[in-house]
Amino acid sequence: MKVWFYRLGSPKWFYEISERWLPWLAWSSLLLIAVGTVWGLLFAPADYQQGNSFRIMYIHVPAAFLAQSCYMMMAVAAVISLVWKMKLCDLVIVAAAPLGAAFTFLALFTGAVWGKPTWGTWWVWDARLTAMLILLFLYFGVIALQHAIQDKVASARATAVLILVGVVNIPIIKYSVDWWNTLHQPASFKLTEKPAMPAEMWLPLLVMVLGFYCFFAAVLFMRTRNEILDRERRTQWVRELVKKVSSR
Amino acid sequence: MSFNSVAEFFAMGGHGLYVWLCYGVTLLALVLSFVLPGMRRRQLIREQAQRLRREEAGL
Repeated sequence: MKVWFYRLGSPKWFYEISERWLPWLAWSSLLLIAVGTVWGLLFAPADYQQGNSFRIMYIHVPAAFLAQSCYMMMAVAAVISLVWKMKLCDLVIVAAAPLGAAFTFLALFTGAVWGKPTWGTWWVWDARLTAMLILLFLYFGVIALQHAIQDKVASARATAVLILVGVVNIPIIKYSVDWWNTLHQPASFKLTEKPAMPAEMWLPLLVMVLGFYCFFAAVLFMRTRNEILDRERRTQWVRELVKKVSSR
Repeated sequence: MSFNSVAEFFAMGGHGLYVWLCYGVTLLALVLSFVLPGMRRRQLIREQAQRLRREEAGL
């Protein structure tokens, strides 16, 4: 167990294992997103109230899922980083923050564009929307903090603390639609209930969500590998790897 | 299929602008976030290979 945990924290081990996973993740995300997009845009029936603008859901919902999942993953990494000082977790956080910001931006942007024909406005200070905007600023804060502190160890610790403080925002996002009855509709999907829409509408959404998760994992792996290459450049194994790759 | 013609598909029942704006921006963001780490990787390998060569020549 201890050996396993030690290996898991080793950047070299992650670099090697992620190399094997990357093509699978990348290709399955491409396949799933392609299938989901064609299915959602062409074959899913138009909504009886919203017409075709509801097709924005197929990117809005996965992007919003990822925006929050990415933050939760960073929070788990932050705990491990603070308690066990695992270097790999710091690298994962550095790699994940801009990606999480990108998905949060996408969720907000597609939400605004969807809101225009549906609610008649791009933006309202609705509880869900405001909480998502705070999430975006949290990601910006994490990125800024990483760049503000030169010392890597101090930077990782400060970032981890900021991430853990910001976790309070995640349940607020989730329950905002139930606590404050404003504009954003409650969740259409719950694990315990049947979805409130026909299968030909939610199946493409499921495919898109899976595709976005695979995409996130693939890009996170690529970015973490870059961080490892940069941070571990003085180690023997990275030197040998650079020599091997650059001579090709 | 829920559209009868290509024109109808692009019009999206009058919501074409909104739908295509969303899908366009998302596609751009996804492509960028996939391509940029690849470019960064090549840059890192190039820089480090250069540094290694300099070290070997200098020592």
